[in-house]
Amino acid sequence: MTITGIAAIGAGIAVIGAGMGIGKIGESAMNAMARQPEIQGKLQTSALILAAFVEAVALFGVVASLIV
Amino acid sequence: MDLITPGLGLVFWSIITFLFLLIVLKKFAWKPILGAIDERENGIKNALEAADKARLEMENLKADNERILNEARAEREAMLKDAREIKNKMVSDAKEEAQEQATKMITQAQEAIENEKRSAMAELKNHVASLSIEIAEKVVREELSNKGRQLELVESMLGDAKLN
Amino acid sequence: MTLNTLRAVLFLVFSLAIANPGFAVQENDSEDNGFNAKEMIMHHVKDAHEFHIVEWNNKPISIPLPIILYTDNGLVTFMSSEFHHDDSGTQIVEKNGDRFVKYHEKIYQLNAGVDTLTFDEEDHPTNAVLPLDFSITRNVFMMWVTMLLLFIIFITSARKYKKANKFVPSGIASFMEPLVIFIRDEVAIPMIGENKYRKFMPFLLSVFFFIWINNIFGLIPVLNGANVSGNIAFTLSLALFTFFITMFSGNKNYWKHIFWMPGVPVPMKIFLAPIEIIGMFVKPFSLTIRLFANITAGHIIILSLMSLIFIFKSVFIAPVSVGFSLFILIIEIVVTAIQAYIFTVLSALYIGSATAEEDNH
Repeated sequence: MTITGIAAIGAGIAVIGAGMGIGKIGESAMNAMARQPEIQGKLQTSALILAAFVEAVALFGVVASLIV
Repeated sequence: MDLITPGLGLVFWSIITFLFLLIVLKKFAWKPILGAIDERENGIKNALEAADKARLEMENLKADNERILNEARAEREAMLKDAREIKNKMVSDAKEEAQEQATKMITQAQEAIENEKRSAMAELKNHVASLSIEIAEKVVREELSNKGRQLELVESMLGDAKLN
Repeated sequence: MTLNTLRAVLFLVFSLAIANPGFAVQENDSEDNGFNAKEMIMHHVKDAHEFHIVEWNNKPISIPLPIILYTDNGLVTFMSSEFHHDDSGTQIVEKNGDRFVKYHEKIYQLNAGVDTLTFDEEDHPTNAVLPLDFSITRNVFMMWVTMLLLFIIFITSARKYKKANKFVPSGIASFMEPLVIFIRDEVAIPMIGENKYRKFMPFLLSVFFFIWINNIFGLIPVLNGANVSGNIAFTLSLALFTFFITMFSGNKNYWKHIFWMPGVPVPMKIFLAPIEIIGMFVKPFSLTIRLFANITAGHIIILSLMSLIFIFKSVFIAPVSVGFSLFILIIEIVVTAIQAYIFTVLSALYIGSATAEEDNH
């Protein structure tokens, strides 16, 4: 396996982590929205921002795989 | 690797383009749009406030009217009460006066009657007295004209005196 | 195809395509089929010196764009059509005594007396130099198209407000106003605060619509992957704007939090300062990478799915391929807006943290 392949596997692992993280955020956001539909807009914004933060970490992994 | 190396030329043009975009849009788009939105929102806010104020004024006016009405009603009530009192007082006053007058008149009448009675009595007495004197004179004259009689009289009188 | 197999294939394609753009297709890529998916995808995703529209009878139809180079002898300008669509470094263009070739969308200045490029093992040219390239490339061109579109949309909208009844927006203004109000009420005011948001509204609005329109243009196939917002130079530039605005609007409180964190013991202060300083630079870096990687990944996935038809050389794979790329394309349409929104929100957040007062952090 070439170095590119190894990098790709690493990026895949990073993506799994981010996927789980974003999944968690989505789950909690849905729960919170179901409990308090009146602040849905606020929750959505926060969920998106948090997802963006988590996603950034995964994207660093993807970029690392692009570098090698 | 190429994909994630930012090219100097594109960075340069991006910055120039965005700066230009920012300046032009700020001057010709964002300022008027945001200004108009702000103005409109302020307008709506002011209109709402004015409506609120008007409603409040309305309420105040209504309350004022109510108050004035109540006051008028109370005044009327008071006036009526006063009038009734005055009436009662007048009636009772009049009654009293009449009573007084009547009493006075009665007393006067009684007094007059008494006076009349007294004067009538006095007159009667005088009359009786003079009549008696006349009678007595006549009797005496008659009596005295007869000597025996005179004596008899004196006798009776003395007897009376004794008895007394 | 049952739902489960569909899911399995979808998962496979996703995980492979997201992990590494080239990886998914590399294994299937045989030399003899004449189609190199990786090369095609990279060609689409990267910048180019001409606006290639379509290949017709083996002749490319394209719009030539001006090339502006800064060499040791000063500025050199010529149209990209002088390369005659050559991208392999064989067509030599001579200007002011300098000779240029284009190889893999890079323009090299050949050394005197050399006709062919040679590279060392790390892909550095041995007999040519790279002049500074300020060309109006495909991305720059698309950026200007976007800019013009934004001017048309928003200056027309602004005119609508000036007309008679400014209380009722009409036409395009009534479509744009909710978006403007959205940025103001959902992004600027909560992130920056009621008192200070006004100053930053132009930047936030410009950045949001610029990114959004560029993202949408990137998805239009005829424009042939003018991948502006998926280019790291572009996202870096925008992130630099956020970075400098944050720097220059940062108040005393913000700098104190970076260099001498209040409310913690002194060893902790010393420990935290480098972290905060690194964080200061990581923020724009993550902005850069997030937008770049999201948009580029979207393009790569769509193109990879399309490449499957040519890799398998089968018509039967076409419906699957087209179906999947349609699905991804629809997701990407949402992503265009979300990424523009996230870039704007995070910019606002960073600016907000720099301008926050002492008591509300």
